[in-house]
Amino acid sequence: MLLKIINLHASIKGKEILKGINLEVNQGEVHAIMGPNGTGKSTLASVIVGRDVFDVTEGEILYNAKNLLTLSVEERAREGIFMGFQYPVEIPGVSITNFMRTAVNEIRKYRGLDPMSAGEFLKMMEEKKKLVEITSNLTNRSVNEGFSGGEKKRNEIFQMAMLEPTLAILDETDSGLDIDALRVVANGVNKLRTPENGFVVITHYQRLLDYIIPDFVHVLFEGRIVKSGGKDLALELEEKGYDWIKQQL
Amino acid sequence: METKTINPITKERLLNLYQLNHEQLIADDTPAVRANREKAIASFNKLGFPDKKMEDWRNTDLSGTFEIGYDYPLLPALEDDMQKVFRCNIPHLDTAVIGQLNGWFVSKDVPLMELGNGIIIGSLAEAMKKYPQLVDPHLGNYANTESNGFAALNAAFATDGTFIYIPDGVKSEKAVQLVNVIQHRENIFIQSRNLIILGKGSKLTVVHCDDSYDHQPSFSNVVTEIVVGEGAFLDHYKLQNLNNNSTLVSSTWFHLEQEAKLESHYLSLNGALIRNNTYARFNGPYGSANIYGLYLMDNKQHIDNYVAVDHASPDCVSSELFKGILDEHATGVFNGHILVQRDAQRTNASQNNRNLLLTDTAKINSKPFLEIYNDDVKCSHGSTTGQLDETAMFYLRQRGIGEDNARMLLMFAFADEVVSKIAIEPLRYRIEDMVKKRLQGELQICEQCVLHCSTPENPVEFKIDVSKI
Repeated sequence: MLLKIINLHASIKGKEILKGINLEVNQGEVHAIMGPNGTGKSTLASVIVGRDVFDVTEGEILYNAKNLLTLSVEERAREGIFMGFQYPVEIPGVSITNFMRTAVNEIRKYRGLDPMSAGEFLKMMEEKKKLVEITSNLTNRSVNEGFSGGEKKRNEIFQMAMLEPTLAILDETDSGLDIDALRVVANGVNKLRTPENGFVVITHYQRLLDYIIPDFVHVLFEGRIVKSGGKDLALELEEKGYDWIKQQL
Repeated sequence: METKTINPITKERLLNLYQLNHEQLIADDTPAVRANREKAIASFNKLGFPDKKMEDWRNTDLSGTFEIGYDYPLLPALEDDMQKVFRCNIPHLDTAVIGQLNGWFVSKDVPLMELGNGIIIGSLAEAMKKYPQLVDPHLGNYANTESNGFAALNAAFATDGTFIYIPDGVKSEKAVQLVNVIQHRENIFIQSRNLIILGKGSKLTVVHCDDSYDHQPSFSNVVTEIVVGEGAFLDHYKLQNLNNNSTLVSSTWFHLEQEAKLESHYLSLNGALIRNNTYARFNGPYGSANIYGLYLMDNKQHIDNYVAVDHASPDCVSSELFKGILDEHATGVFNGHILVQRDAQRTNASQNNRNLLLTDTAKINSKPFLEIYNDDVKCSHGSTTGQLDETAMFYLRQRGIGEDNARMLLMFAFADEVVSKIAIEPLRYRIEDMVKKRLQGELQICEQCVLHCSTPENPVEFKIDVSKI
C-alpha cells in the first residue's frame, strides 16, 4: 500500500476542515476526489504534502508504511510525493532549469545518489518537455512568471515528469484550462502512469475524468468522504449534481 | 616600526590639521583649485560633520565610528608599500585598470596615461598641473560644499584621486576599472577625489571598486564629480566590499547635459557603515538616468543610500531601483529625493525601494520624497519591506528543495533584478557569483577586486576577462 489515511482530522486557525478522512491508495491506482467547493479537497492535498498552516488534530497518514506526519515538506517530497498546485506560484528570477536542477539533485542526494551531470540533466529536460508537449523556451524563463493559466498547469505536469514521484496529487489541475490544454495535461498524466505509482486527482468537474480514467471516485463533503465508487460515480454525479449526494445523507 | 597615535575624528582636529599642513595641501593647486580649497575649509568650519539632528542623517549615526580613531596621512604611502599591496600584475594602459591605494593614484612612474584617441586617464594631481584647462572648469563645480560637510572637508583636504577625460565623440570600447584598495599600518582616514569628464557624444564604462586589504579600520570620504556631456553615455558601477571595521562615505555628483544618458549601479556587498550620496542633475532636456542599487548586509552593518535626482530641465526620464537584503542586526536607510523644477515639463521619474528583512532585528528606514513644481509630470514611487514569500518557499520545498536552498534561491532571485541590469556580461557573471557567495556567507573581502591582492599561495587570477569588454 502506497498511502493510507486513517481518521484524519485537520483544522486551520482552530476551524476544523477535515473531520475524519479514511483513504487508501495502492500502487498503479488513480483515485479521483470530487466534491463541491469548500468541502476540504484542497486542504486534504495540503495536509498530505505537509503545509504547516494546517494542524492535524487527530489521525494518521502512512506512506509506504512510514509515518508522514513527522516529516517536513521537503522530506515528504523526497519520499516521492508530488503536488500539482491549483495556483502555481510565480517566482521571478528563478529559472525553471535552475529550480528543477536543484530539486532533482536534492532528491537524489536524499536517496544516496550522486548529483546528475549538466549534460544528463539537460537531456532529461528535453525528453520531459516532449512528454508534455512544451516546444517553446519555457524552461529558460522564470518559474511561472508571466505564464498563461495553461502554461502554468503544463509546467506543473512537466515538473512532475522531471521528479518522477511515486504519488502525485493533482489539485484542481483542470481549473481554468481550455479543452486543448486539458487534453495535453491529461495526456502527460496518462503517459506517466505506471504500475508502480499512484495518483490522487482532485477535481470539481467530471470533465477531466474523460481523459484521466480513474479506478476509484470519492466524494468529499463537509470534511468527510461520504461516497466512494468506480468511474461511473463521476458520471452519475455530473448528471445528478451534488444535491443528490446531500439528499442521500 | 614607528607607531603613530591615532585620534578620533573631530572638526577641531581637522581644522587644526589643515592649518598645520596648509602649504603642503595647496602645493599642486591651480589658482582655481586653491580658491575652492580655501572656500571649502571655511564652509567645513561652519557646517562641521552631519549629525542625527539633520533630516538626511537621522538614521545614520557616525559618532561611534568617529571615536575609533584614525591616522590622517596627507601624503601617499611609500612605493615599497604599494608594491606589497599590488603584488598582482597590474595590467596597464591597454586593459585600463587604475589602481588607487588609500585614495591616491598608484603608479607614479606613469602618472597620466594619454591614449592615441585623446583619452586621458591618471592622477588628478598630475592632471591639475598638466591640463588645468580641462580640470578647472569642472573640479569643485558640482560637489556642493556649501551644505554638505563631507564634500567641504574633501574639497579642503583631497589632493589626489583619479582623473578620466574622454574627448568629444570618442567611444571607449574598454571599461575603465578604478580600484581603490585600503591598506595602512594604522587605522586610516582617507580623502579621495575623482573627476570624470565625458565629452559630447562620447561613451564610457567605469567600474569603481572600494576594497579593504585587511581588517584594519578605515574611514573613507570619497567625492567623485562626473560630467556627462551632450548626448554622451556613461555606464557606471560602484562595487563596495570593505571589511567589517570600515566606513565609507561616497558622494557622487552626476552632471548630465542635454540628451546625456546615465546607467548607474551601486553594489554594496560588505562594510561596517556605507553611506552613498548620489546626486544627478539634468542640466539639459532629453536626458535619462537609471540608478540601481543592491545592498546585502548582515551582522551590525549599516547601509544608507541617499539619492537625489534634480529634474532641472524638461523631457528627462529618471528611474531608481534599490533593493536590499538585511540579515541579523543589519540596518539600512533609503532616502530618495526627486525634485521636479518649474520648467521641467514632461518629466518622467520613478523611484522604487524594496527590502527583505531576514530577522526581527534587521531594520530599514525607507523614505521616498517627491518635490514637484510642475503639473505636466509622471512620477511614481514605491517602497516595500517584507520577509521571504511564504507561498514561494512552500512551492520550492514541495519539490524537495530544503529550506536553506529554497531561501538562497529566493534571495538570489530578489537580488537578481538589480544584478541583471549589469550590461557587461563578464562583470555580471562575476557579480552573480559574488552575490551567491555573499548570501552563503562565503565572500571574502578583496575577492571582487579585479587586482586580486590575495596571498602569494593563491595565484592571482583575473576573473573579469577585460579583453571581452
